[in-house]
Amino acid sequence: MTAERPYTLVAELTYRCPLQCVYCSNPLELERHREELDTGAWLRVVDEAEALGIVQMNLTGGEPLLRDDLVTIVAAARRREIYTNLITSGVPLTRERLADLKAAGLDAVQISLQDTTRAGSEAIAGVDRFDAKMASAEWTTSLGLPLTINVVLHRDNLDRVGEYIALAERLRAHRVELANTQYLGWALANRAKLLPTRSQLERARIVADEARLRLRGAMEVLFVLPDYYADRPRACMDGWGRRFIVVAPDGLFLPCHAAHTLPGFEFPRASETSLEDAWHEAEAFQRFRGEAWMPEPCKSCDKRHTDFGGCRCQAFHLTGDAQNTDPACGLAPQHHVVELARREADVVPTSAYRYRSLRVVR
Amino acid sequence: MIDAASVVRLAPKARLRFDRHRQQHMLLYPERGLVLSATAADVVALLAEARTVGAIVDRVVEKYGEASRTAITRDVLELLRDLADRGLLAEVTA
Repeated sequence: MTAERPYTLVAELTYRCPLQCVYCSNPLELERHREELDTGAWLRVVDEAEALGIVQMNLTGGEPLLRDDLVTIVAAARRREIYTNLITSGVPLTRERLADLKAAGLDAVQISLQDTTRAGSEAIAGVDRFDAKMASAEWTTSLGLPLTINVVLHRDNLDRVGEYIALAERLRAHRVELANTQYLGWALANRAKLLPTRSQLERARIVADEARLRLRGAMEVLFVLPDYYADRPRACMDGWGRRFIVVAPDGLFLPCHAAHTLPGFEFPRASETSLEDAWHEAEAFQRFRGEAWMPEPCKSCDKRHTDFGGCRCQAFHLTGDAQNTDPACGLAPQHHVVELARREADVVPTSAYRYRSLRVVR
Repeated sequence: MIDAASVVRLAPKARLRFDRHRQQHMLLYPERGLVLSATAADVVALLAEARTVGAIVDRVVEKYGEASRTAITRDVLELLRDLADRGLLAEVTA
């Protein structure tokens, strides 16, 4: 299968983070990924990415602001005319540092909010950094950088979607992403606490739809359904090895940020291969590219060109085999595992959150 | 609604650039990108400063000829309305 052109590089600069969000998409085994690429290696990655056709770069993590060389990396991307998006919790940041990043060519900032209140933020993130986030959002717009507010939705905040939209408007965001939790990483460990009910989702969707119409042209309102309730799987990463390349903090080249949780793969590394060779040649990028790998019912499904068979990581974590049809799909032989999780969501959960942390006992 | 008298300018978040790989113009904005035709790229380049839609049409007509004024007016308005819906135009006044 010939590779298409990748457009976006997801640069996970570090897994370190001051927050401990219960739905973090980073791997549970953070201890195994403590090593980090140095500045020179990231600059090489930027050059190779441009040569491969990359035009967008998401600087993310963990918390990318914890990298001392962030300004240097942004400047390198800008020299290659790559559009840079800083995906951040908003802490730790100062106005001066944000101004330096803008001067280096940073194009846009996305700040995550865990809640609209201090107490709510602490319940999700383990620490209260709400005021610092508000300050970072204000600096972003006052420096003339476009601000996206990102909110991960779950059963404890889904009923307050309207408040999040109002807060994003007050902060003069140009875009608000209301993204329902995807149940991988820490979110899967906390699924019983996080998965909403269908009626919650329907109410929230109506609020988001109304806001989208009202704010058209002023603020983009994106509402991402949780695939557990979508009946058809999401087009994870727009298809395996098709549009995105993720570079993990330790230099693994990945088709998606959770791919290194899949067994039986040898992912290429920045220290051993170029991004171009990884994209075109590496078996790990080839494995689920295109349609030849698909089992039934995907193989003969008329949706296979739009959902690409869904999420390989979800297939593995819920069925034990990454090659299976994503069980979020209503046609999947193992769809019952998702139906069961939905039925469980109708009962009020009693368990406690498990916070993201470095030390994990499994 | 944008018309000939509207004053428009490209939103600061959008960046026009040439793509050396496919020899085409692209308009990039947060986590998205549009591939532009040569004419659309001409229009977007003119949006670097605030102008009336009428002035933009005049500049494009200069390049492509008076005979195509009607078609150009229609295409420019269509493009600008599409950009406005995406939040890519700033300082839009009626």
